[in-house]
Amino acid sequence: MSELNVLEAIRQGIDEMMAADERVFVFGEDVGKRGGVFRVTEGLLDKYGPLRIIDAPLAESVIVGACIGAAMNDTLPIAEIQFADFIAPAFNQIVQEAARIRYRSNGDWNVPMVIRAPYGGGIHGALYHSQSIEATFAHIPGLKVVAPSTPYDAKGLIKSAVEDADPVLFLEHKKTYRLIKGSVPASDYRVPIGLADVKRSGSDLSVFTYGLMLHYCLEAAQTLERAGTSVEVVDLRSLRPLDTATILDSVRKTGKALIVHEDNLTGGFGGEVAALIAEHVFEYLDGPITRLGAPDVPAMPYAKPLEDAFMLNPLKIATAMRTLAAY
Amino acid sequence: MTLSAEQELLAPITLRSELPAETLREMYHYMALARALDERMWLLNRAGKAPFVISCQGHEAAQVGAAFALQRGKDFTLPYYRGLASVLVMGMTPTEVMLALFARAADPSSGGRQMPAHYGSRRLKIVTQSSPVGTQIAHAAGISLAEKIKGGDAVAWTSFGEGTTSQGDFHEALNLAAVHRLPAIFQCENNEYAISVPIRQQMAVNSVADRALAYGMPGVSVDGTDLLAVYEVTRRAVERARRGDGPTLIEARVVRLTAHSSDDNDRTYRPQRELRSLRQHDPLARFVAYLHDHDLLSEAEAQELRAQIAAEVDAATEAAEQAALPDPETLADHVYGS
Ligand SMILES: Cc1ncc(C[n+]2csc(CCOP(=O)(O)OP(=O)(O)O)c2C)c(N)n1
Ligand SMILES: [Mg+2]
Repeated sequence: MSELNVLEAIRQGIDEMMAADERVFVFGEDVGKRGGVFRVTEGLLDKYGPLRIIDAPLAESVIVGACIGAAMNDTLPIAEIQFADFIAPAFNQIVQEAARIRYRSNGDWNVPMVIRAPYGGGIHGALYHSQSIEATFAHIPGLKVVAPSTPYDAKGLIKSAVEDADPVLFLEHKKTYRLIKGSVPASDYRVPIGLADVKRSGSDLSVFTYGLMLHYCLEAAQTLERAGTSVEVVDLRSLRPLDTATILDSVRKTGKALIVHEDNLTGGFGGEVAALIAEHVFEYLDGPITRLGAPDVPAMPYAKPLEDAFMLNPLKIATAMRTLAAY
Repeated sequence: MTLSAEQELLAPITLRSELPAETLREMYHYMALARALDERMWLLNRAGKAPFVISCQGHEAAQVGAAFALQRGKDFTLPYYRGLASVLVMGMTPTEVMLALFARAADPSSGGRQMPAHYGSRRLKIVTQSSPVGTQIAHAAGISLAEKIKGGDAVAWTSFGEGTTSQGDFHEALNLAAVHRLPAIFQCENNEYAISVPIRQQMAVNSVADRALAYGMPGVSVDGTDLLAVYEVTRRAVERARRGDGPTLIEARVVRLTAHSSDDNDRTYRPQRELRSLRQHDPLARFVAYLHDHDLLSEAEAQELRAQIAAEVDAATEAAEQAALPDPETLADHVYGS
């Protein structure tokens, strides 16, 4: 057992997978000597050499596209998109190629690859270093999308992602990288893709969230606890496939659902969770399914007052919790 | 790239082939088979039996010449939708081609999920293709990157049209392949049209091969209606790739003998004069003439071969037409492995 932050946990997961299987390699901008702009791959070049930790040209489409090809030639690529905001040039390769190859070849070919993408804001990254991209990609059958929020989950999920026979978009919230610490066992464990985790058990209200917002929701839940309201916080962890059973079970128990994400509201992932709840456990509901997200502006601004106004925080979340709990 | 490697690639092609007569006849067989299958597909389309056809007519020499320089079962091919002749050489059978035309369950490329001409077969190392043009060029770079990582000596060969070289993936993939000296061969089949858009509105350079210089790899422009010339250029590119000297860009200048696809009408944009002169560049006629001139194929042998191919195409059509359609119950199969 050791105390790690999120980025160290991801690094350890990658390192252990590379040590265990020589088919695993990393391909992305600045991943070599620099160890990635966030240091996730720091030290790995020295350990595994330039044929397995490869600095890619500055070209996202071929970063993903080449990894797709490599995955079809018996290797296990981990592509790094330096910031999720720059994934757009690779959209075609991810959506039309990686996600559709198994289906379009009737199961003949498959693409076992991971696409790592640091996302999210609250780090003064402005419009183009703060975006949340999950809703766009969680819409795509054939692709898996995970967004861990703790060191334990991050390490367990990166290992599952590398071993998965299909493409996995692995979203790493930048603000959690160094902020969130936790104990990680030394054993070779996995966190399975497709399972949510009840991070806090409660009886009055269910909150569904992921990423940095998980931590804000836990903080807000604690505030409400002091006032006698018991909040259950469910960490979705995996957006596609989505753990519908855990979501519905929680609503059956509490009768109230709040969905919280950093992404803007309209067309956000919260809509999907809300629809599932409305469809399947409507008769258990004791209040309106509520969504909390960013305002519908194109992206997160730079200046602190604007960034603060855009981002959710434990205070805003606690207010929404209270309103719903009182309904 | 070493200068000698480049000079070797660009050295003049000797017209008299050193290939055994048997191989030359086999090459002719594949060209003629591709043509016959292609023509049959158009008939089936016009008869209302196949919703869509896209042709390789005019590209056969470029594809058979290139594919004969590759090793079946070892090298990867990523042929675009005009690649019928190349996939036949790599081992796809006429029946398999027809199964895709009729969207039958047993279609090895996609089980009837994709339009025809989206070739793929893992067994034959023909990599599954999609419709957005140019994406496969990046996959070819990646396959050859993996080959380098693994220390193998297979090559990845991919084909695409000249219009597709305007796509970003062409640029990104060639650059990557050159930087890492990857064992990849990029074959551009330049038929001077992208649907209706002529090459002059597609690029300002005279030859797609000119672009190779900008990436730091050899670029060769070859008469793609000359089977032996394409074979020779590709053979050298394969040798170079296997040696670890890196990728090659080959422009095969070909003709598009048909409309873009069965949904197109090329008389609306191709000048009459041009359409009338196309058949003078028919690669099939050119290779038959070569074989006759060198006493490698008599008229009687040619006739016998054509009859044999016609029977083969008949049998393939019949077998595929009778094969089962996909079961609607399978709609949700193969989204994920687990
Ligand atoms: C990304 C993309 N844009 C547009 C199309 C539609 N389209 C299909 S083929 C084609 C022309 C391709 O021309 P070229 O690359 O020269 O190949 P050719 O058909 O001439 O062999 C176009 C525009 C497509 N399939 N993919
Ligand atoms: Mg063209």
